[in-house]
Amino acid sequence: MNAITRENMSELDKKLINLLQDGFPLTPRPFETVAQELLQGGLEVTEAEVMQRIQALLDDGILSRFGPMYQAERMGGGLTLAAMKVTEEDYDRVTQQVNKFPQVAHNYRREHELNMWFVLATESPEEIEDCIDDMELATGYHVFNMPKEEEFYVGLRFAL
Amino acid sequence: MSVSDLHFKEIDSKNTVNSDNFNPAVNHTFSKGASKNQTFEFVLTEIDRALVIATQEGLPVSERPYQIIGEEVGISEDEVICRLEKMLEHGVIRRIAVIPNHYRIGFKANGMTVWNVKDDDIKRLGRQIGELPYVSHCYQRPRHEPYWSYNLFAMVHGTERAQVEERAEKLKAILGDSCLGNEILYSSKILKKTGMRLKAKS
Repeated sequence: MNAITRENMSELDKKLINLLQDGFPLTPRPFETVAQELLQGGLEVTEAEVMQRIQALLDDGILSRFGPMYQAERMGGGLTLAAMKVTEEDYDRVTQQVNKFPQVAHNYRREHELNMWFVLATESPEEIEDCIDDMELATGYHVFNMPKEEEFYVGLRFAL
Repeated sequence: MSVSDLHFKEIDSKNTVNSDNFNPAVNHTFSKGASKNQTFEFVLTEIDRALVIATQEGLPVSERPYQIIGEEVGISEDEVICRLEKMLEHGVIRRIAVIPNHYRIGFKANGMTVWNVKDDDIKRLGRQIGELPYVSHCYQRPRHEPYWSYNLFAMVHGTERAQVEERAEKLKAILGDSCLGNEILYSSKILKKTGMRLKAKS
């Protein structure tokens, strides 16, 4: 079977992704609630189909996550963005070492002198410093710590 | 243990607590996150913590996902729903949702636009930039002179780099003379994308 792409994606898949990026129902039978919501929009679909499509999209990698998105800082934890300047020879090794830390929530390679950017989420604010120290020790690279000083907006959505 | 035993710690004393904030919203079906101005720290109870650990890697795709989670944690389906609702209201959960892999759905250009904005102007301009529909995250962060002089970060996604660049030009026009320099850092690979993880206590 060919991988799902934006071009060959069904209307149902697109609608599901658009709808469920904003929120998933907190009802005893949430997939049934989703099916009803889509029905109101004129798309006839069953609870079983909704479940089957979400599982398929997860298995295919179109969806990387499904569930509650927790915010460490709101439960008294620490959160920061950090960056490193890593040489090509060391890049794979450092990636492995950095990703091994459970505090690394996500990590992106970016095209810049500072070429590794990751988010650290810890259970206490103090743990951020410790984690950065451990990382510098493990990798031999300096970690630039860039905690947010002010949040102006967060609301990532992709319309399909 | 009942849901009413959740504790809250006030961080910003200038913001008073509206008692309505403590009541779970029951008048909506779809989960919505808290407003971004909430400044209260939510202290997790042991049950909340177990609930976070049981759900942080995702919900089961099953007819009764909250019942399955409840069985795992040792609480009822109702209580799972109620506690998740509380955490949503207080922003501990930003939202319960699906997260697409943006590369796979056609948003190939992911540009972290970074700007060196005069300190006196950053609050006002940051808010303005954050209001643009194509800016998904917008933060003020510290400079690291002489290596890094950018203090405003705005994430801009597009189907192509040309689209990101076009949008970055609009940001530049808004920032005007208050902008002393800028760059776009495109992502070329997702190295990890798991979200936050609490460690299970032994």
